[in-house]
Amino acid sequence: MSNVPDSLRYTAEHEWLRLEADGTATIGITDHAQAALGDVTFVDLPKEGATVAKGATFGAVESVKAASDLYAPVAGTVVAVNADLNGSPDLVNRDPYGAAWMIRVKVADASELQALLDAAAYRKLL
Amino acid sequence: MSTLQRTPLFAFHVAHGGRIVPFAGWEMPVQYTGILEEHLAVRRAAGLFDVSHMGECRVTGPDAAAFLDRMMTNAMATIPVGMARYTVMCRPDGGCVDDLIVYRLGPEAFLICLNASNAAKDIAWLRAHAGDAKVAIADECASWAQLALQGPEAEAILAGLTALPLAGIRRFGFALGEVAGVAGCLVSRTGYTGSPGFEIYLPAADATRLAEAILAAGKPRGLLLAGLGARDSLRLEAGYPLYGHEISETISPIQAGLGWTVKPAGREFVGREALVRQIEGGVSAKVAAFSLDDRRIARQGTPVLAGVDAVGEVLSGTLSPLLGKPIGTALVAADALARGGLEVDLRGNRVALKVADAPFLK
Repeated sequence: MSNVPDSLRYTAEHEWLRLEADGTATIGITDHAQAALGDVTFVDLPKEGATVAKGATFGAVESVKAASDLYAPVAGTVVAVNADLNGSPDLVNRDPYGAAWMIRVKVADASELQALLDAAAYRKLL
Repeated sequence: MSTLQRTPLFAFHVAHGGRIVPFAGWEMPVQYTGILEEHLAVRRAAGLFDVSHMGECRVTGPDAAAFLDRMMTNAMATIPVGMARYTVMCRPDGGCVDDLIVYRLGPEAFLICLNASNAAKDIAWLRAHAGDAKVAIADECASWAQLALQGPEAEAILAGLTALPLAGIRRFGFALGEVAGVAGCLVSRTGYTGSPGFEIYLPAADATRLAEAILAAGKPRGLLLAGLGARDSLRLEAGYPLYGHEISETISPIQAGLGWTVKPAGREFVGREALVRQIEGGVSAKVAAFSLDDRRIARQGTPVLAGVDAVGEVLSGTLSPLLGKPIGTALVAADALARGGLEVDLRGNRVALKVADAPFLK
């Protein structure tokens, strides 16, 4: 069974989001998503300062099998990008909720957070 | 919606953690532990693949050699007994019906290995062309299982399980006998990975017993079970075509760089006229192998660009675990290929196609 931490919020497209103390949100993909992708070979991410729109593609995860788009759970401005994934894309398989966080965004509209799934609702999709 | 078929090893795959996906009408394991790990196990130690989805047909009779020689681009009548030969079977227009390995069991007996997706079509094609030739064409797809044991440790692993003189089997040679107590095996020094190894044809009913025996004997030498994912990345690194990608009914062996399998001198065979025309007059589009200095993989269907013009498309693409960069094949207009400067657009990034001579694992 895939791991779905209670502390995070989720999208139906298998991204997770964690609201940080400073009001920014950290985004990655779920354990279920990494298992379905298989060995991740490359993570294509936006640059710091880029803006992302809710529901729009902000990057892609490539595995040997397929490239899968990444969808932004909320709109905002990218304030940090995980550079470790460039050299070690396999972190996505090993630690999807920790070392393999992908981007941190300054949330444009905090009300969008309410529309995200909680862990129980996300588990029902799996 | 047709039902997917299962090989005799389906329960074995599930028991060993195989992730099952549909492929060519079959439920097959795409991976067990991970495609990259399985790929590298084959290059450095050994991997065991279930390839029982592949089809088999036996052609026998006084006219068997002459009949097959008339059906195949490569010479069949000259295959020595105990040897196999790779060939293409073409349509009159030069398109490929299938690519095959033909084993000569005796002066008048051949066993042909068929691609899973083409097996029924191939057998029907052979029967439709038999005319009054004195041949029997037997569909043996359900009788056989096939295991591929590939990698530098393959021979040492197999040697512990059989009395067959493996060292005496040359590339594309084979021997018949017993492996791990399973009688009626055909063991050939062939493969689809570019690493040394064997393919074992055996009675379907004994597949699980032999697979377990090879797995147990191989584990101490680093053998991993390997799935279709690694099979694909290994064959691309090795420069081997896959039917439906590099060759098809619309891509001829000449276009695909398989001219070495087309032997028109002194022979008549289906497709000869069209293929000779392509050899002498050239072809409008060719299959090229490429690598990318990038991390993004150019996948099947990606347009190949020369400036703003689409001049071809990607046929296969993967990450080469050996090179650590993407490799693939593309069908490209011959004039554009000669001019060079080809690119692909990968999610808004223009990446240059580095056209290379496959195989990549030299």
